[in-house]
Amino acid sequence: MKSLKDLEEIRKKTLDTINMRKDQSGTRVVVGMATCGIAAGARPVLLAIMDEVEKNELADVVVAQTGCIGMCRLEPIVEVYRPGEEKVTYVKMNPSKAKRIINEHVMQGKVVQDYTVGAEEK
Amino acid sequence: MKMYRSHIMICRGTGCSSSNSEQIAVEFENHLKAHGLDKEVIVERTGCFGLCALGPIVIIYPEAAFYSLVKPEDVEEIVKEHLVKGRVVKRLLYAETIEEDRIKSLNQVNFYKKQVRVALRNCGVINPENIDEYIAFDGYKALATCLTELKPEEVIDLIKRSGLRGRGGAGFPTGMKWEFAAKAQGDIKYVCCNADEGDPGAFMDRSVLEGDPHSVLEAMTIAGYAIGGSQGYIYVRAEYPIAVKRLSIAINQAREYGLLGKNILGTGFDFDIELRLGAGAFVCGEETALIASIEGQRGMPRPRPPFPANKGLFGKPTLLNNVETYANICPIINNGPEWFASMGTEKSKGTKVFALGGKINHTGLVEIPMGTTMREIIYEIGGGCPNGKAFKAAQTGGPSGGCIPAEKIDVPIDYDTLTALGSMMGSGGLIVMDEDNCMVDIAKFFLEFTVDESCGKCTPCREGTKRMLEILDRITKGRGESGDIERLENLAKNIKASALCALGQTAPNPVLSTLRYFREEYEAHIRDKKCPAGVCQALLQYKIDPKTCKGCGICAKQCPVSAISGKPKTPYVIDQNKCIKCGACMDKCPFKAISRG
Repeated sequence: MKSLKDLEEIRKKTLDTINMRKDQSGTRVVVGMATCGIAAGARPVLLAIMDEVEKNELADVVVAQTGCIGMCRLEPIVEVYRPGEEKVTYVKMNPSKAKRIINEHVMQGKVVQDYTVGAEEK
Repeated sequence: MKMYRSHIMICRGTGCSSSNSEQIAVEFENHLKAHGLDKEVIVERTGCFGLCALGPIVIIYPEAAFYSLVKPEDVEEIVKEHLVKGRVVKRLLYAETIEEDRIKSLNQVNFYKKQVRVALRNCGVINPENIDEYIAFDGYKALATCLTELKPEEVIDLIKRSGLRGRGGAGFPTGMKWEFAAKAQGDIKYVCCNADEGDPGAFMDRSVLEGDPHSVLEAMTIAGYAIGGSQGYIYVRAEYPIAVKRLSIAINQAREYGLLGKNILGTGFDFDIELRLGAGAFVCGEETALIASIEGQRGMPRPRPPFPANKGLFGKPTLLNNVETYANICPIINNGPEWFASMGTEKSKGTKVFALGGKINHTGLVEIPMGTTMREIIYEIGGGCPNGKAFKAAQTGGPSGGCIPAEKIDVPIDYDTLTALGSMMGSGGLIVMDEDNCMVDIAKFFLEFTVDESCGKCTPCREGTKRMLEILDRITKGRGESGDIERLENLAKNIKASALCALGQTAPNPVLSTLRYFREEYEAHIRDKKCPAGVCQALLQYKIDPKTCKGCGICAKQCPVSAISGKPKTPYVIDQNKCIKCGACMDKCPFKAISRG
């Protein structure tokens, strides 16, 4: 038999995984997944991001994908949209860089300057 | 539950299932696997999204891409483009959801904009076969609140303050019903759910049971706590196999979690629910007949009082509510009665689900605040009548209700305005009729239904409705006599006054309300032997206009009974004795020389 506490735990855990169907107000992490992105290794990046989101139980983070962003030479590209902030575009991603973005930018709000498109273009 | 980056929600309600949505779900699973995406994308079978006219419907999150009229062969393209490459397949998106190449949020689309989904809150959002998903969106929270923080009388007080009225048709205040059952003396009390949805064209209860079965189970358990009952029965039609299956799964899951059974949530409260399947008799939706049927007797009504609240199932005090009524209970407890009472009109609070059918573009299920006008429902949400035809009337309340004519389209809909118009809320079937519908024929259709479904126990219903039908039948066949309208009205008055149960008492309503607003159509049938809408076959004549006819002979070739004759290049003629009035000639005439009248 479940107790009130069990019920609350089920609620929290399941809500994390299905909240994207209702509430779309949280942070969106978008991975470029056109042919260029996939060829450059976007899929392992995407998987790493999902892993990290799940591990940290980030309920209001949506991981989405998009088509070609237009800067194919800089793929894999990841964009982070935090509510009320400007979009940040990260380029030449790999799984470990992606994890850092989740930990620092998505969770703590600190943009990882080294990986942004601005830093790359300098 | 594992984390998935994308959720594919596929409608497995009855509507979409009948156009093969299960095969679409299987195709998705196969193609996801083939592309190695099955660990990151999940396929969920869910309840009704409401826009049944565009089914099968698939919604993919997080983009909330609304794919309509999906065919199994479209699935591969969606997987390859949308899920592998992140490019939405625009040609399959519901056109209304695209704006400047971006996907609009669903609640900005006309069909959903004016809707407020309370009873349907989880339909299409959760997988109804997974109790965890129900719990995630505040499921069983209301039950926990009631059992641990509220006394039974406080629960009843909340429901009374919300102003909720029974959604099955009559609109009796739910809180009062609960109070009667709570105050009734008895060692055992029962909580029953009326899921014997029988009105032609009504399917809101089915959709709630299919899309969100736990919301009914939880509310019944709360009702059990409030009135002091420990056993519940859901009386559901056997013709709703998907609803029955999902209810059974839900009951088992709730028992496993200890949300049904002994000592619920460790509070010492016991409650369990069983299903009883109805065999498809319309009269079993009447409360005393329903109770007789659960007891294993023939489903026939008995006189009231005593009311079920005092002497119901097995002679014990019984609370009986409709599915949609129960579906409103948990949100009232979670959000407070003031929240609920803030929606709707003075005497009709909250929202109502309507099943839109008939001559309307967006056939489907809509939930709107009480007080919304018929115009908003039919034109803004429903998209108007197909082929640009003019709206003539809307039929509400099924065989117990009546018609609302076009000139009353701006009346705000609630229990009392509908009754004042000579119709009724009923369970929420809303059948739209356009200029091509004959109102005498519509009245005949509904009366045929009640004559078929009359249980035969009382004479006014058994004999009276039959006599009314005979008169209507004569009128539509061109054998109407002067005095027929008065005879109909007289019979109707007597049946209403003397029938045993609501089935008989309301059976004349479709005739009375069409007489009230469309009397001239009846008169045209009786006096002029004409059907103005061109529906009643016996009153129709097809004629070829000799001036327009070019003598091409196409009509003669189309005629299945060789009723048309003539020589090429001279006007053809229809032999009225042979003509079966199928209209095939008129459809095919290239010169529009054939008319009906």
